[in-house]
Amino acid sequence: MIVAGIDVGGKNVHIVIARNGDIMAKAGAPSGINKAEAVEQLYDETLKKAGLKREDVSQVVATGSSGQRVAFAGGVIPDAAADARGVIRLIPSARTIIDVGAEEGRAIKISPEGKVLDFAINEKCAAGTGTFVDTMARALEIPIEEMSKISLQSTKSIPMNAQCAIFGESEVVSLIHQKTSRQDIARAVHDAIAGRVGSVARIVGIENDIVMIGGVARNDGFVESLKRELEMDIRVPENPDFVGALGAAAAAAAGITGEKVEARVVEKETIEEGTT
Amino acid sequence: MVEAKKVEFWRWPETSWVNPDIDWKKGKFITAGIDVGSVSSQAVVMVDGELYAYSNTRTGYDSPESAWKCLNMALEKSDLTADNLDYCIGTGYGRVNVPMAQRAITEIACHARGANFMYGPEVRTVMDMGGQDCKAIRCDNRGAVMKFMMNDKCAAGTGRGMEVFADLIGVPVWEIGERSFQIEKEPPMISSTCAVFAKTEVVGLLQEGVPENDIIAAYCSAMAHRICELLNRLGIEEKFVITGGIAKNIGVVKRLEKEMGVTTVELTWYAPKMRDKGLPFETQIAGGIGAAVFGAAMLERGKAKSARKA
Repeated sequence: MIVAGIDVGGKNVHIVIARNGDIMAKAGAPSGINKAEAVEQLYDETLKKAGLKREDVSQVVATGSSGQRVAFAGGVIPDAAADARGVIRLIPSARTIIDVGAEEGRAIKISPEGKVLDFAINEKCAAGTGTFVDTMARALEIPIEEMSKISLQSTKSIPMNAQCAIFGESEVVSLIHQKTSRQDIARAVHDAIAGRVGSVARIVGIENDIVMIGGVARNDGFVESLKRELEMDIRVPENPDFVGALGAAAAAAAGITGEKVEARVVEKETIEEGTT
Repeated sequence: MVEAKKVEFWRWPETSWVNPDIDWKKGKFITAGIDVGSVSSQAVVMVDGELYAYSNTRTGYDSPESAWKCLNMALEKSDLTADNLDYCIGTGYGRVNVPMAQRAITEIACHARGANFMYGPEVRTVMDMGGQDCKAIRCDNRGAVMKFMMNDKCAAGTGRGMEVFADLIGVPVWEIGERSFQIEKEPPMISSTCAVFAKTEVVGLLQEGVPENDIIAAYCSAMAHRICELLNRLGIEEKFVITGGIAKNIGVVKRLEKEMGVTTVELTWYAPKMRDKGLPFETQIAGGIGAAVFGAAMLERGKAKSARKA
């Protein structure tokens, strides 16, 4: 049986076409403003890669923050469910999943069977998401791959005062002006995000094996910062940004077209009170 | 060859002013308040408790440099120099790095005191939105702080949140308020509570063909709502006043008044003398005024010694 999993995220679309558990083809592209259109285009591209036509695919399941934009999907499952299904097939020893995408940071506790036991999400604040990384990379005027690389060269830990990406951008510009090395700044940025992601992870409880997925998992510098923050090892599967789509494909293969997951939404705690 | 200058929609103009009716040489106490914020810096100079000069500038990368810049700009058109100051108080985010200050006082205390000076003793609640924060302060009739709440961690509901939006939509930040009312019907507010995500939402709306002014109205509405949440948490008591740059944005102020069911005090001096003379009412100098007033009070009560050098 040939199935497809389509993950429509805040920034990118990822598609996996699989047959009997093996990936036949996969592709990813920016979702842009017109997500529905981007999905149609990428799906046809992926089918072509696999040498298939639309009718060859028995079931399509979508996921992601804009999963419902996939008009031709047979069902939509929540990201947390897709992540759990995807990760457990790749790393059966996984118990905690940390998924940091463009606009959301998630932590999922799963059972040995890959069932979601607990799930916390930061979706209201850009700090602790890929957008934060993007913003700072722009302020440093370097691509993210470069930022990842140089952050690993830093030997100094500089605290970033700003939690917010907008304030952080000003702070980075100030640091550059104060002649702080780009390596140290890049590391400081990753440490800052790791702090926020870490606190989301601690809500569900951190248990080995910890697996990180999502686009930000490709950022080695960030993964190192997160390991330091959690004081634990983290495993990152190959193609971490495709795991959601892989999980959706797995759901399709299992005949699952809908799932409910309870989410604990992290609130923004930003208000200070006082009397003087 | 004509080079196209990149328009910076967030860059509001820097200003300064000197009071033509005051001869500082005849004054007993000359005090200055220097408010160095993350985004803007103001210097206020008072002669015997009367407003003599002020400046409203953009903070640079360095607090001490910004402090000197705003003070020098305030005194540019005067023959008064920093050496003539009896006392100087620093406030704002960079208050510990104001080199010419004899003391630092918190921005919360200075804004309450400044609002009391600007708007009068009936003020009980002050909302100040600076570049990177938003404060709601309850005060008494002397401008002393009773309690406060502040957000200085999240750009939504701060000056930067508005600057970033103005830049994105390509409308000068000082025109935003007026444009927000050039609409047919009040649209729903921007739903993202994060200024960064709001940018994406705005881009989406622009692509959908939603008129610019409607988007501006939606953003002002969202910002007003954010402020209301803070104010409702604190609890407000009238008279309610607004200081800081946002006081000049009618798009946010009017919507805030509507949601709170409260009218804010008009942007004009409480003191009849100042009002009648038509002295400029710059809402961004409230912190600097408070600091300068504190300085004068301390000298008068003998709680501080003059640091005048010339």
